[in-house]
Amino acid sequence: MDNLLLMMAPMFSSKLLLVLLFGTLFGLILGVLPGLGPTTGGALILPFTMTLDPLSAVVLLTSIYCAGTYGGAITAVLINTPGTPAAAATCLDGYPLAQKGEAGRALGMATVSSTVGGIFSVIILVFFAPILANLAYEFGQPEYFALAIFGLTMLASIGEGSPIKNLIAGAFGILISTIGKDFMTSIDRFTYGINELSVGIGFIPVVVGLFAISEMLTQSTLLDQVFKRVALKAVKLPSKDDYKKTWKTILRSSGIGSFIGVLPAEGGTVASLIGYSEAKRFSKNPEEFGKGSIEGIAGAEAANNAATGGAMVPTLALGIPGSATTAVILTGLIIHGVRPGPDLFREQPEFLYGIFGAMLIANILFFIFGFFGAKIFARITLVPNKILWPMIFAVSVCGTYSLSQSIIDVWIMLFFGVLGFFMRRYGFSVVPVIIGLILGELVEGTLRQSLVIFDGNWLMFLTRPIALTFFILSLIALAFPLIRSKKNKKL
Amino acid sequence: MKNVQDKKRANKSLPFFFRDEFKVFFIIILVSIFLLISTFSFDKVPPILNRGIQPATFPKGLLVIIITLTSFIYFLSFKNPWKKEKKLPKTFFLTILIFIIFIIISKTLDFFLAIAVLSVFVSYNWGERRIFYLLLVSIIFPFVVFVFFEMILGLRFPPGIITNLYYY
Repeated sequence: MDNLLLMMAPMFSSKLLLVLLFGTLFGLILGVLPGLGPTTGGALILPFTMTLDPLSAVVLLTSIYCAGTYGGAITAVLINTPGTPAAAATCLDGYPLAQKGEAGRALGMATVSSTVGGIFSVIILVFFAPILANLAYEFGQPEYFALAIFGLTMLASIGEGSPIKNLIAGAFGILISTIGKDFMTSIDRFTYGINELSVGIGFIPVVVGLFAISEMLTQSTLLDQVFKRVALKAVKLPSKDDYKKTWKTILRSSGIGSFIGVLPAEGGTVASLIGYSEAKRFSKNPEEFGKGSIEGIAGAEAANNAATGGAMVPTLALGIPGSATTAVILTGLIIHGVRPGPDLFREQPEFLYGIFGAMLIANILFFIFGFFGAKIFARITLVPNKILWPMIFAVSVCGTYSLSQSIIDVWIMLFFGVLGFFMRRYGFSVVPVIIGLILGELVEGTLRQSLVIFDGNWLMFLTRPIALTFFILSLIALAFPLIRSKKNKKL
Repeated sequence: MKNVQDKKRANKSLPFFFRDEFKVFFIIILVSIFLLISTFSFDKVPPILNRGIQPATFPKGLLVIIITLTSFIYFLSFKNPWKKEKKLPKTFFLTILIFIIFIIISKTLDFFLAIAVLSVFVSYNWGERRIFYLLLVSIIFPFVVFVFFEMILGLRFPPGIITNLYYY
């Protein structure tokens, strides 16, 4: 009961409500614009959160996350281009349905299923995050090391693209985290005499570079691309018939999305693809999929929004981000002096339940904004790239500079922008780099401290049951793509 | 699907050193070996103070993993070649060139001048010809961003020929 009251706290704070309104609107705009999204947007807005108190800052970031994930559906339905990668599966049926003159119905279903998925996942978050946090009390250094390894291997195995390339990208991310003074011995590593590098490479220049600047470069190669836009009169609430057809799909996808979200991977993207394919598998009319099936839209949208709450579970309970956007949220927490983990649940429940409540409200707010404002948000895509991207560049540069007031950070951002462009061009996802970078210190720190505890004996890891379980799960995660590809060949 | 197969076939018909997979493999291995060699020059902790592993051991391990996995994907590409990517357009290279100009101007002249120059060149290079929009992206918007960061975040931008006009 107390926790429920704590969750309702944001509703009674005018400041938090204002932050929520702004975050939801900003998130929707980011979600609608192809190439941007909650990760880039969160990274860009992170410096601005320095003027806010920790709760407002995290509420802002989480509302951007929830609304941005939904916003991608608007562009997916109307211009057949997912505003965010998580909305890719929504294009498959959303756009064909819109072409049939039912854009309002498609967006209505996307809005309702996203909201249900989002709220479902917040409920999961409220119940499971404290349980996971309690379990984490049993964790020592070896267990945290094994958990971080499990997170990285999961990312490789169920993330997008080639698992091996994902592993390389993850290892590269951890390698970046080793640049600078070694945190245990203060010995310089990979600094090459450059003083600015001895403090290490910041998270923001890397995220903004890998997401915003690399996307700017991608846009420079797509200038001749023309979007075919479908007209939208108004968003329609789903009919009784549509509800009857889709309620099971929405619930199933909400469950799938929440579960996938909890696993450290590319949360929403993978969740929506699985949600979509499961919707097709269970459907009475699978032949309608790809031709404007309302179940297809519901399956994809409920799943990708359900992944938002799911991804927050390990982020808050263990300090292990469940997706690229939650990595940004985790950075926001750390910048504001909040260390996620079990102690946070014990010492600052009002802070945590404030976040849960804010996520709940954000889901309701984007339902209202989406329902009444989708037509206006869709018009944002009319802003030409040749005007939009130079503006995004100006904000990226100032935002990156502002955190450490270092021009070197801006150059690092540009370097990672170019690197990110080529990584994506050759099939390396940039998300593992971000997760690797944020987990790097944890991986190395826990490994080295564990070896101190074990007196340098690596085999002692196997004597710890929880750590051993995570190692076995990591092996299964690594073997999973092999099994999957063999199974596909057989099929 | 057919398109992807055609692209793969086109890539396979090239000599090995022109193929994307070789170029990617070569660059990753080259950089990794360079970094691996540099780990040998890291200072060592004296044995009496050493707890656990040396500071160079962890990055060495990571680099060995990267080299091994990269060799593995290159080996796999013999069986399953990558698809050939489209040639990059002129606008991409011009955007990269503008980034380099941005670095030079931000280092030597002024941070905001660099943003203005980059914005106007990117916008023009991407096809914008209307004066108002070029002014919007190069002067009006960066000025708004500057004032916002300066006033709200209390940020002090690096000195330069334009920024100094504001500060002094």
